[in-house]
Formats: sequence, C-alpha cells, structure tokens
Amino acid sequence: MNETRDKNSETLGIVELGKVDAIINNYGSDKSSLIAILQDAQAEYGYLPQEVMRRVATNLGIPLIQVFGVATFFRAFRLTPKGRFLVRVCLGTACHVRGAPSVLEETERRLKVKAGGTTDDGLFTLETVNCLGCCALGPVAVVGDEYVGQMKATKVAPLIKKYAKKSKG
Amino acid sequence: MKRIKNRDDLEKLRRTIVEGRDPKRTCIAICAGTGCQAYECEKVVEAFTSEIEKQKMKGKTDIRRTGCRGFCQRGPITVVYPEGIFYQRVKSEDAKEIVSETIMNKRIVDRLLYVDPSTGQKFVFEKDVPFYNKQMRILLGHNAYVDATKIEDYIAIDGYSALEKALFEMKPEQVIDVIKQSGLRGRGGAGFPTGDKWEMCRKANGDVKYVICNADEGDPGAYMNRSLLEGNPHSIIEGMIIGAYAIGSNEGYVYVRYEYPLAVKNLTTALGQAREHGFLGKDILGSGFSFDIEIRRGGGAFVCGESTALMASIEGKVGEPRSKYVHTAEKGLWNRPSNLNNVETWANVPLIILKGANWFSNIGTEKSKGTKIFSLVGKINNTGLVEVPMGITLREIIYDIGGGIPDGKKFKAVQTGGPSGGCIPEKLLNLPVDFERLTEVGSMMGSGGMIVMDENTCMVDVAKYFLKFLLEESCGKCTPCREGIKRMLEISDNISSGRGESEDLKLLEELATVVKDFSLCGLGQTASNPVLSTVQYFRDEYEAHLDGKCPAGVCKALIEYFIHEDKCNGCGLCRKNCPENAIIGEPKKPHAIVSEKCIKCGICREICKFEAVAIT
Repeated sequence: MNETRDKNSETLGIVELGKVDAIINNYGSDKSSLIAILQDAQAEYGYLPQEVMRRVATNLGIPLIQVFGVATFFRAFRLTPKGRFLVRVCLGTACHVRGAPSVLEETERRLKVKAGGTTDDGLFTLETVNCLGCCALGPVAVVGDEYVGQMKATKVAPLIKKYAKKSKG
Repeated sequence: MKRIKNRDDLEKLRRTIVEGRDPKRTCIAICAGTGCQAYECEKVVEAFTSEIEKQKMKGKTDIRRTGCRGFCQRGPITVVYPEGIFYQRVKSEDAKEIVSETIMNKRIVDRLLYVDPSTGQKFVFEKDVPFYNKQMRILLGHNAYVDATKIEDYIAIDGYSALEKALFEMKPEQVIDVIKQSGLRGRGGAGFPTGDKWEMCRKANGDVKYVICNADEGDPGAYMNRSLLEGNPHSIIEGMIIGAYAIGSNEGYVYVRYEYPLAVKNLTTALGQAREHGFLGKDILGSGFSFDIEIRRGGGAFVCGESTALMASIEGKVGEPRSKYVHTAEKGLWNRPSNLNNVETWANVPLIILKGANWFSNIGTEKSKGTKIFSLVGKINNTGLVEVPMGITLREIIYDIGGGIPDGKKFKAVQTGGPSGGCIPEKLLNLPVDFERLTEVGSMMGSGGMIVMDENTCMVDVAKYFLKFLLEESCGKCTPCREGIKRMLEISDNISSGRGESEDLKLLEELATVVKDFSLCGLGQTASNPVLSTVQYFRDEYEAHLDGKCPAGVCKALIEYFIHEDKCNGCGLCRKNCPENAIIGEPKKPHAIVSEKCIKCGICREICKFEAVAIT
C-alpha cells in the first residue's frame, strides 16, 4: 500500500509538480496569496492532491497544517478527484421552498452516492450549492454547464441517463 | 487609450463619446446576467447578430449585452430602444421576427409581450410593466444602458464625474460630510452609517489604510450584489476610489465570491480599463491622488461575509472572525486601519456625490435613506431583483411588484435577512421596509434576500433549513455558536420527526437567546433569528408538530401518502416509477400505497396526471 502511494507521488512529482511551482511563482511566493494559489492549483489539477499541498507549504515556507486548514475550511476546495460530470443541486432558500430536497434525495438515490461523493465509475460527482442566483429557475440543478430549471424528482433519472449516454458516445 | 491626465481630458472624452452616439439609433439590449445566461441568452445574442447581418441592418442597429434587468422570471429579457419595447422569454428563434417586424417595420411582435397574469393586460413598453413601475431603480436602472465590458458606456452616463467632482472640488472631509448627511447606511446587513465608518478610518492612526469591497454575497437566495458587479462594475470601482480619497487610502481590495465567475471576469476587465484610462493607479486624473484595487476570490465560506473573517481570508488565512473590541477601522487588514463596505453601498456613493446629500436623503424613511435592492424569490409570481425606496411596504413589494403567490395559494410568510433574518407573517405585511422596522419584528434587512413562502411551506422545516446551513457554515471558533446551533438543530429535528416534547419549545427559545447573546460574531449573534421568529409567529405550527401533524405536509415523519380511489384510473404510472415498489394495483383499477415500504419521496404525487395522490 505504502509502496503504491510513494510510487504515485513520485510520478506526480516528476510529471505534475512543475505546474504548481509555476503557479506559486506567479504570485511571487507571497504567503497572503495562499487561497489564490490553491484556487489556481485546483483549476489545474481538478482537485488538491496531497503532494501539491505539501509543495505549496514548502515553497511558501508555511506549515502544512496551515495549507490543509485553508483547503478544508473553504467550500471551494476538494481533496479528491472529481468525476467526469459535476452534478450540482442548488439548495438555496428559494430552491428549498420549491422542493429542492426531494430533487437531491432522488439524485442521491439514482447515483447511489451522497452529496459530496463520486460514483464508482467516476462519471458523476454530486455536490450541493448554497445558491446559484438564478432563483427564477428554481429548483435548479446544473450538470456540467447545463442549467436545468424547474427541477423535479421525476426529471432526475432521464437527466442522468442523458449524460451517462453522452459518456459512451 | 491614452491615460487621462486632467479634468478637461475626461470631459473631452465624454463629449466625444456622447456626440458619437445617436440617441435615436436602434439598439437591441439583451440581458446577459447570470439568470438569463441560464436561459441561454448567449444564443439569443448570436441569433440577433446574424439576423442583423442577414437582413442588412448592420451599421444601423446596435446590440448591447447588458447586466441583469431584474425581471428574471421572464428572461431572457430583450428591450428594443429607443422606444423601450419590452420583449420577454425571447428565444433565438424569435430574433428573425423581431428584426424584420419591430426593427425594419416598426411593428410590435405581440406574442412576446408581457401579459399580466392577474389582469390579462398586455404591455408594450418597459416603463409600463407593473413589475417595474413601482420600483425606483437608481442603481439597477443603469444596467440597461451599460455593457459591462465597455467603459465608454459608463462614461456616457456621467460615469466617473462624481470622482472628478470629489477629487477637484472637495476636500476628503467634505466627501465624508456629504456621505454622513445623505444618511447612507451599510447595505451588507447591519446598516452601520457609512459616513461615520469612513470618518473613524480617516481619523485612525497609520500611514497605510485599506478600503475593501465585500462582494462575498453568501445569503442563499440573494444575488443583488452579483448583478451590480456583473452589470455595472465601474460604479463600484468609482465608489471605492471616492471612498479611498475620503479615507486617505491607496490600496483597495474586492473580495468576491468564487461562485461568481462572470462577476470576476467583468470586474477584472473593468479594473484594467479604469487603470488604462487613469482612474486607477498613480496620480489619478492629475489630482495627485493614487489608488489601485486588487481582486481576491473568496473560498466559499459564508462566515467570510463578516468583516474580520473576510480580512483574515484576504491575508491568506482560514476565515475565522475575531472579537471586535478594537474596530477594524483601527486595526483591520494586516492590523492596519481598514474600511469595508458592501457592493451596494459602494455603488450608491458616486450618485450621492454627484446628486448631493439632499437628493439621497429625500428618498426613504426617517432613519433609512435611499433605495434597497431585494432579490424577491421563492413562492412568488415575479421572481427577480427589485429596487425600491426604503419605507415601501412588504405588501407592495410582494403583491404589486411581485404579482402575488402562484397557483392561487395562500401567503404564509416572507423571510428577509438570509440566515440571520426571520420569517414575517401575513399580519405584518403592511410593515414599511427599513432597517429599524425589520429588526423590531425579529428579522433584519440583511443584504436583501426576500424569500416568499406559501401555505405549503413548513415553518419548522424552514427553521431547520437555516440551522443546517448555519451549522455547516459556523467556523467553530466560539462555543455558543458551534454547539448552540447544533443543539437547536437537534431539537427542531426532534420536533419535525414527531419526537418532540412539550418542553422543547421553551428549551429552544432559551438556547436561542444564549446563542444570540454570547456568540463572537454576527453569524452566531443572529443565528437564532430564524428559530425565534418562527416560534414567535408560527407557534401553532410547532405545536401541531408536537401533536404529530405537519400542517404544510412537508415533514416526512408526520405525513403519509395515499391514493384517492375515486380519482385513480389505474394507469400504473406511479407504480412503474416508484423507486421502492411500494405501489400496488392492477391495470385500470385503483392503486394503493403500501405505507411500510413508502419512503415518501413524492415521485408518485409529482407524476400522477389525475391528482389522485395526496398527503395526510
């Protein structure tokens, strides 16, 4: 187990860490830019791999715990890779009173993951958001870039099917 | 573009821009705010662009992608100027007809006009649409004339002339006096007098001072700030430069929510243009005053809307608030005097400087001046952003502007102030909306979320919803907030699942008071409002839950689904779609739900075409 992990991190070290170094350099290794650096790193890697966080800590000369603290405090960061399609169900107040909870429950049931999780086949990551600010469409779900308004529990299955099909086509 | 070096150059530029524009020229303004983006307005823009070319109107007609027009319910909104013909729910297929009919032949496309659902009356012009005509859009109104990516549009509507006036005709103290006299109060929630805040920061010791714009709009169901930033970013930049001049600051930050990519994009473009034109940077307009602004993207933490947490986050730290016995005006960002205002507050500043304190203080009530933008959402016919003078009643907002409750349902409550606010019942609908009145009834102004709820909304569920939100967003630093919210949620969860006891309400109120009185920051101090206000105004609903009933039919543990035998024709749709196979019945014969298997997901009720599925 340990061996595999070391191997992974080594590969990542050779192949990928150059990108995070470049990002850190962009910000002139400025400690106060930690959040921005992590945001850019996440945009680059899709999530924040442990090795990347270590690298940020070393290069900025701050304790790893501070990097980890920031990475786990803010909603914007994820520590695990995301699936091919990101499904976001809005749980803003307007969506809530219009029935968002039943949309989320049905999505969890259909994808067989809880909010925050990724399906075993790596196709879908399910997330909730606090408000997308398009309340007129509520309840809203977003798959990739597609906004689906007036969501209902019954619209969940066809929507997932559509994207599952897309992945094959 | 050459940097503008003095007042004359700016006025010359403005004249050139204005003179180069023909007010009679046709312009198709298409709303490109995030709401309309979700309705695929970009395709509409493309369709108009190609139609204008096809129908040989290029060079005679302009297309303007504007910021949010507010009437999100009817998006994408397209207005044809100079007449102001208002088309709603415009799709890309409609572009051809609008160009050939309205633009070429000056005829109205009837089917795209707005029809008032309650009266059946049709409206041609934007100014007559009831959604707009009771509003006072001194801030949002500008969105119609501005393409956020074009600084010329802003300059053409007198943009940056307030800055010019402040820099060349006023001393910093005079700027502060005008803001004080205007009565402007913070639009972020608490309503602190803006002029006083500026004065404190100006008088604070220190050479380096910061001005910050709080654009970390976190209240779920509120998107006013985003629409201002996306639609008219220069108005906020101008406000900040004026504020910086008054306070004596040379560095500014805009802390913007990471979920707002379009706002970040438009603001970045606007900052670049402002720098290029000499509104930012060294020696602004040749005045000798220097100031620049940086963007910081938030990380998505609700607590970062609180000033000290926000400043910690700008410093690259975890966004935990601190106690404010030393005000941030004295020791804020990097322990230096800092002044933080909300987006909407900053947007008001140029208008006040330009039009004067009296103009502003004539709008509103005794202690709350000017307008306020609300995002009117939830169970309401006209979802959207509304800007109204302070003092307007809730009833006017909800019924006259919002068009009332959909589907003939009965109004139950309106929630203001986001997770810090409360639920206001029907008997208080004639309440004039201002800072004091909303606080008196146990809610608050907040940043402007206004969520309307109807008879099908359960107030215990709403309180639980906010508690759950706050539990997740509480930073955990102080015990009353961290533990108190958790326990309040447990108690309300018990109540909503039928495990509540008669003493629970008293305990809930007691706990809520403790959390309110002893929490460290605004998040905890106001976290009890959703609970206290619902217990105060909807006590009977809580008591019904204690008796095992959820009158709104929301709380799962207290409801049962059943099928009306006389309405069910046995089509079998519900049986086929039930995820738990909990519905039995033979084809063409009334079906029934096996309650032991039913998980109360509601799919059968949603899918039934005969309204045969009901809740007890």
